Amino acid sequence: MAESNFWLDYILPLLLIVGYILAIVVPIMLSVAIVSYAERKIWAAMQWRKGPNVVGPFGLFQPLADGAKFFLKETIIPSGANRVLFLLAPVIMFSLGLIGWAVIPFDQHLVLADINVGILYLFAVSSLGVYGIIIAGWASNSRYAFLGALRSAAQMVSYEVSIGFVLVTVLLAAGSLNLNEIVEAQKGLWFFIPLAPMFVIYLISALAETNRTPFDLPEAETELVGGYQVEYSSMSWVLFMMGEYANIILLSGIAVILFLGGWLPPFQVEPLTSVPGIVWFLLKTSVLVFFFTWTKGTFPRYRYDQLMRLGWKVFLPASLFWVVVTAGAMHLFGWLPK
Amino acid sequence: MSERQIRNLTVNFGPNHPATHGVLRLVLEMDGEVVERADPHIGFLHRGTEKLIEYKTYLQAVPYFDRLDYVAPINQEHAYALAVEKLLGLELPPRAQYIRVLYGELTRILNHLLNVTTLALDIGAMTPFFWGFEEREVIMEFYERASGARMHAAYFRPGGVTCDLPDKLLEDIRAWNKAFPKVLDDIERLLTGNRIFKQRTVDVGKTTPEEAFDWGFTGPMLRATGVTWDLRRNQPYEVYDQLEFSVPVGTNGDCFERYLVRMEEMRQSMRIIEQCLDQMPGGPVKVQDHKIAPPTRGEMKRSMEALIHHFKLYTEGYRVPAGEIYAAVESPKGEFGVYLVADGSNRPYRCKIRSPIFAHLQGLDFLSRGHMLADTVANLGSMDICFGEVDR
Repeated sequence: MAESNFWLDYILPLLLIVGYILAIVVPIMLSVAIVSYAERKIWAAMQWRKGPNVVGPFGLFQPLADGAKFFLKETIIPSGANRVLFLLAPVIMFSLGLIGWAVIPFDQHLVLADINVGILYLFAVSSLGVYGIIIAGWASNSRYAFLGALRSAAQMVSYEVSIGFVLVTVLLAAGSLNLNEIVEAQKGLWFFIPLAPMFVIYLISALAETNRTPFDLPEAETELVGGYQVEYSSMSWVLFMMGEYANIILLSGIAVILFLGGWLPPFQVEPLTSVPGIVWFLLKTSVLVFFFTWTKGTFPRYRYDQLMRLGWKVFLPASLFWVVVTAGAMHLFGWLPK
Repeated sequence: MSERQIRNLTVNFGPNHPATHGVLRLVLEMDGEVVERADPHIGFLHRGTEKLIEYKTYLQAVPYFDRLDYVAPINQEHAYALAVEKLLGLELPPRAQYIRVLYGELTRILNHLLNVTTLALDIGAMTPFFWGFEEREVIMEFYERASGARMHAAYFRPGGVTCDLPDKLLEDIRAWNKAFPKVLDDIERLLTGNRIFKQRTVDVGKTTPEEAFDWGFTGPMLRATGVTWDLRRNQPYEVYDQLEFSVPVGTNGDCFERYLVRMEEMRQSMRIIEQCLDQMPGGPVKVQDHKIAPPTRGEMKRSMEALIHHFKLYTEGYRVPAGEIYAAVESPKGEFGVYLVADGSNRPYRCKIRSPIFAHLQGLDFLSRGHMLADTVANLGSMDICFGEVDR
């Protein structure tokens, strides 16, 4: 038996993994900056404004300038706050926005961890998000933050349930928990056509999951003045912000994988198939991110009780119904994947 | 486990808060998300306007009225000018009256645009706000061209308006008046039919006509409950009795209908503006009594008497015969009244200002009780509060 080499067996793989992680995280951070810039430009266009246009060409360096500004500001910790939890919460939010990407296949086999329970992993990561908000709201020792945290906890838990059922139908159709195989199963037909109602429910629940308009009650600028973020400043606030954007991109990416055929081209014909899969993936994700931005420019905000009613009395029965219909139809017509 | 006293959550809402439209401090007693009691605390913007006016000549008091409700400045000047003119027994030349109506209605649009769009903003829709402000900017430019100031115009003075309108202004107003309905339609398309907007406003802050009377509601707050009461119609001043317009009313008295009433009032204001532009007569824009209104600069160069008038007007001011008067206009927010007591000197003895929003704000408690926190914000938004006027 060969002598086991500590450096070759342990340190090298570790460095490789760190390299992989950086290769994913750095582009994500970059896209967070781009998305924040794009959002402001899109809203500006909707609202007859110019948007950022001073820093750099077309204001493109605005996110960098913002980042520098936040970095140089003082981190204020309220005197009544629990210091450890107060600083832990944004870290949790931020890292949760990033670790979900570990299982996202950008292209065929272009994935950090090709695990068999990819969907469950994503589900677990997105459920953890509520901890960041609850801890932030509790540790701030502020009533606005506390109310925001309460709202958010109720909201994320409610919409998690319907997202769960949406995932179940996709699993039924794909016959696998592995994200790669789910995409492969959409070779003939993207799931958003046969599972159209579920796609809609997923998109709306994703809005609620990421606390975006019309479900941005936890932040609710005009009621709670930022909700759980109200006491945060400088870098601790930026971590929330970047976590939120990373989460938006992540949920868009998940929607692309579950419903829009991941890295697959729209038609399996020659000029389209020669385009690299990652281009398709990014293109589709951008479309969904635009959808997030668009809704924020268009809709007012729900009230707390209306949001809960929508979640429990409309989406939950509807998604449950569709799970039954899908399962029944597949069993009846023998469409079940092997 | 021993019995424990449970206390409601008290939230201090404002005075530094994005939804209070200024410096309102609301002490909210909340049971979870439900508001048990809303206690408005006012006075953060108190400047002693009423007392200050007692130490100013009648002309010097005009700018204070601009600074009351800074969203609709000209309507306040209007009430004050009417009060002084009634005491003096002045009859304005028709052109002055038409200009006043024209600018009064422009101001109504200015005010309602702000209110409707900030109501939407309070509820979470941010886009209409920017659309509305684009148009407000245009109206403010009309202000500037007529009076030289974008907001605090001091344009309506006892005896008429400061100066005549510049060339081409009327054509520009007409062109804008033609194009403006499209913006209103766009805003309506985003809000009026929007299910979320309706869910947030319909049946929120419901008021019956009786409650509205009890609490002294006026303006859109009253009309939304179904009471047809509009001072422009019921006690016409200036040339409102010669103009055609409708008074929109609601049936339910909730936030949504206040919004609808305001939207329709803007369209009616456009009708009035159109008629003013068509009927705008020529002639002087202030009374020709130079003991009240200043003579022109040209006259002052030629006539010693005119120079003396000018000097006396801007130093001592004019004397107003003793008496008391209440004059009110239909300001965009409701009945804005000025109660003036004159003692025969060149300064008012007392000037009491009747602010419509002050009355509305008192009703916030009964409007919000039992509703959720988010509804309080909607109620505040639909009330059209402005602290310059509440605190005075």
